[in-house]
Amino acid sequence: MSPLLSVRDLHVTFGITRAGDMPWTKPRLLHAVNGVSFDLEPGETLGIVGESGCGKSTLARGLIRMVPATGQVMWRGEKDLLAISAAEMKRYRSEIQMVFQDPLASLNPRMTLGQIIAEPLKTHRPDLSAKDRAARVAAMMERVGLLPQMINRYPHEFSGGQCQRIGIARALVVEPKLLICDEPVSALDVSIQAQVVDLLMELQSEMGLAMIFIAHDLSVVKHISDNVMVLYLGRMMERAPKRELYAAPQHPYTQALLSAVPIADPEVERTKKIIPLTGDLPSPMAPPSGCVFRTRCPRAQAQCGQTVPEAGYGDHRTACLYPGAIRAEELA
Amino acid sequence: MALLDINNLSVTFDTDDGPVHAVSGLSLSVKRGETLGIVGESGSGKSQTAFAILGLLARNGRTSGSVTFDGQEILGAPTDALNRLRAEKIAMIFQDPMTSLNPYMRISDQMAEVLTLHKGLSKREAVAESVRMLDAVRIPSAKERVRLYPHEFSGGMRQRVMIAMSLLCQPDLLIADEPTTALDVTVQAQIMDLLRDLQQEFGMATILITHDLGVVAGFCERVLVMYGGQVMEEGPTVPLFAEPAHPYTRGLLAAVPRLDEEEVTMKAIPGAPPNMANPPKGCPFRPRCAYASEACATMPPLEPFAPGRARACHVEPGRVAA
Repeated sequence: MSPLLSVRDLHVTFGITRAGDMPWTKPRLLHAVNGVSFDLEPGETLGIVGESGCGKSTLARGLIRMVPATGQVMWRGEKDLLAISAAEMKRYRSEIQMVFQDPLASLNPRMTLGQIIAEPLKTHRPDLSAKDRAARVAAMMERVGLLPQMINRYPHEFSGGQCQRIGIARALVVEPKLLICDEPVSALDVSIQAQVVDLLMELQSEMGLAMIFIAHDLSVVKHISDNVMVLYLGRMMERAPKRELYAAPQHPYTQALLSAVPIADPEVERTKKIIPLTGDLPSPMAPPSGCVFRTRCPRAQAQCGQTVPEAGYGDHRTACLYPGAIRAEELA
Repeated sequence: MALLDINNLSVTFDTDDGPVHAVSGLSLSVKRGETLGIVGESGSGKSQTAFAILGLLARNGRTSGSVTFDGQEILGAPTDALNRLRAEKIAMIFQDPMTSLNPYMRISDQMAEVLTLHKGLSKREAVAESVRMLDAVRIPSAKERVRLYPHEFSGGMRQRVMIAMSLLCQPDLLIADEPTTALDVTVQAQIMDLLRDLQQEFGMATILITHDLGVVAGFCERVLVMYGGQVMEEGPTVPLFAEPAHPYTRGLLAAVPRLDEEEVTMKAIPGAPPNMANPPKGCPFRPRCAYASEACATMPPLEPFAPGRARACHVEPGRVAA
């Protein structure tokens, strides 16, 4: 059986013009996503992690053509989503839905909760009668833990956690196959994060959803994902089954990233060693040659400036010329 | 004698929807050279406490109680006195370094201004001192970069500039309000490492305000847990994390996923944080608390129960830990 989603060599490139550029000046190119490939199986959760500016949100947006992308995005082995017409794409939009980071900003302030959740049904299922639609909205609201009497309230009357429940209900009411969550819990308080993550995991197993879960919080991703992909400056550094990636990361960037996460335990936190990364993230307008991570990598050699490392194939893929376990001299 | 002593501090905002009690009856003290963490979720009153100390509340804010710094009452002190205090004795760094720096001024001018104004240095001496401080916060080629504008720095570097600026007058107390929340995790590690080193080098007392229990665990000797404008629990970091004695502290620690666990768990606290315009009667955590009873309709006082530790809860400490 073919995977639900098969992404090959995905690129998202933005042309940047500066104030003072002449109309004929060629825009400078920013490669936000640079040659990312992966497969997603039905029901699988893929976590995408990386620091700000690594292209994780742009990658998700590229998949569903919210930003122009090139490469191949094969949906269920039948259609390349990047090669079909906009009209045809509309059919697939109901199968891929998205939940956004800012729960309040992603809801129309002038629509009631009922209208917000009903809207995707109006667009994608015009065949439904008003009565059927109302029934589905009510069922979905109950499913995500919203009370029936809330249906005529507006988004500003809800807390952040409740707004995120509305966002989830809106995404799932059309029964998609794939849910893309872009930092769905980062704006929420810790005590609320767990509620929303629990809800997503329950709904996922109930509806057999596949999920792409984008987050910068590596612990939440570890909790929810089956596989995890690490991005840096638009390129994939490592992708592996969750257990392997967290227990035995092979890429020096993954290792540095994991070591930097603070642990809520004073005895662990005060004795642990980390791999300190020096310097800043290079500008994505002028990424380093060869491996993009080499300017901050404790393991970099001359060769890293010449060759762009290939991630290879298989379950555990590492885009590094010198992969392997953490070396003692890298810790501080 | 404690360096900072807060006694029964309350902060109230007058809004169109009536008064909002952001902080109610908070007491704490910070010794010289001590690191104290104030932990809480949004709306817990942790930042407003800091703003009240420094007289930085929004115009509709009112305070009551007492805040003494080095034995002197500073709550409601005249602006002149506060200005002197804020620059020379107490410094603050904020979450967003971009909005706390003046975008129109070179770093050299912003930093030198502090020294010419408060230490009476000449412009030239002040810039030289600024460069020294930028070196101390490990900004590479500080001598050249002091001439740049804030937008020419990355987020992490800007926060370093803020830290350098706050330390120029060698304050006795540094208040850091979510200093790494806007930063990536690898940069956060750099900044916390820097703060730890500087704290040891300069020996200033530090209040770290954050929602991140991991950051507190690595930095603070003592922790204060706030919820709904009240202190829920207070104590030395190690025992507080090992054996939280308040249901809220316990819930919070269980809700935070720990990366070092093989099977990461996140245990939700049911319900939502209180709306401070209309808080629940008695203990603010009561509607979400598994141990809540009739008694919780009155707010329990913050009472010591073990050496250095205190909690505000009607339930016996042993029962909460069970």
